[in-house]
Amino acid sequence: MNLFLDAIAWLFSPERLEGANALPVRIGEHLYYTFVSLLVSAVIAIPLGYYIGHTRKGREVAVALSGAARALPSLGLLTVMALLLGPARADVAAIIVFVVLGVPSVLAGAYAGVQSVDPKTVDAARAMGMTEWQILMKVEIPIGLPLLIGGLRSAALQIVATATLAAYVGLGGLGIYIFTAIPLRQYDVMLGAALVIVALALLLDALFAVLERLATPRGVLAAKHRNISARPNRARETVEPSRA
Amino acid sequence: MNWLWNNLDLVLELSVEHLRLSLPPIILGFIVSVPLGWLAYRYKLTRGLVLTLAGLLYTIPSLALFVLLPPLLGISFLSELNVLIALTIYAVALMTRSVADGLASVDPIVRESATAVGYSPWRRFFSVELPLAGPVLLAGLRVVAVSTVSLVTVGVFVGVRSLGFLFTNGLQRGIIVEIVTGIVMTVVIALILDGLLVLLGRLVLPWTRLDARARRRIPVTTAVPA
Repeated sequence: MNLFLDAIAWLFSPERLEGANALPVRIGEHLYYTFVSLLVSAVIAIPLGYYIGHTRKGREVAVALSGAARALPSLGLLTVMALLLGPARADVAAIIVFVVLGVPSVLAGAYAGVQSVDPKTVDAARAMGMTEWQILMKVEIPIGLPLLIGGLRSAALQIVATATLAAYVGLGGLGIYIFTAIPLRQYDVMLGAALVIVALALLLDALFAVLERLATPRGVLAAKHRNISARPNRARETVEPSRA
Repeated sequence: MNWLWNNLDLVLELSVEHLRLSLPPIILGFIVSVPLGWLAYRYKLTRGLVLTLAGLLYTIPSLALFVLLPPLLGISFLSELNVLIALTIYAVALMTRSVADGLASVDPIVRESATAVGYSPWRRFFSVELPLAGPVLLAGLRVVAVSTVSLVTVGVFVGVRSLGFLFTNGLQRGIIVEIVTGIVMTVVIALILDGLLVLLGRLVLPWTRLDARARRRIPVTTAVPA
């Protein structure tokens, strides 16, 4: 437990606020990589996911590609991208890697959200005369929003943890403390930096949890509480009671 | 490409090492997460606790966990045990939720029927609930396998030899083929394990191929007497 005290002492020492290696600067860089990558993942994956969810086409392809993307080792992808793009563009290399990491989760959230909508609801919307576009915008997207945000949530968590590796290709972020501390065996520094990353992850997780709750349409919540029976009521008896 | 032909032995050796390092965490993670998942499924109080803790563990960057376990557990910095424990922790963090979800996916009517025909809670768990939770467990285990194989590579920073060596060495020497070989072999190992798991699933859960659609459980509403 002494180690924890040392790590806390390292975190709160006044030196952490000084110079180019100051903790707030590194936190800023870490969050910057995370948000840019998450944004790019969302721009790529959300329209694609909605297309798959609405048309029900290409789901198998998306699942297979997502599985393959998950199998790609981030470290390998990062090193090869860094070599291909050169040290000057290491930031682009890192963001590409984090986007590859984030896209599968966001994609799954987007199409699962649209597909989670009861087909009867979609049919009802169609029967009311909504165009396909209106069905997507006014029915499927709002009802599926919590699942989409769930996808963004898991993507954000994976990216914020993996952004640690950015320091290995000469970038900043909180990983820089860990990489410089490994050869020196400075466990207090490693633990201190790890604690900050975990804190960031928890903060992001809490933020998305709140968004997820806010995004649930009121009608969906109301239906849950009213405990509407999923099955039609038993048909009324039509047989006339036989007269004795 | 010359690099590859000259280093086939190295690639093969590292691939075998990689596979050897990947298997124990997957198996151990599964074994540990079954009771934990049951705890999360069974009691409301433990559910929040276990699942939050699992989610929290998963947010620790792998690199940080690799470097922190040795001083915390008092094992050698370069010990393989370090990577093995860290990856088991991740496997448990991922798998516990799958176990809880899987057990929750078992139709309550089936559970009640099992009790009604005289299954003890213990036997009911192993011969009714766990097998019926199988498809969800399998899906979780596949994610665990793939992510474990990918995470083993990060162990290179704490001196554990795996295909990750090709990444750091390739970057230092500027050999793209070396890194790409490492990536391809990692993906191949992941796909092989994934395929084996699917095969295992077909053997152990033969009924899932028949009613893949029926698995989506319709919430059962208790019939109201008219």
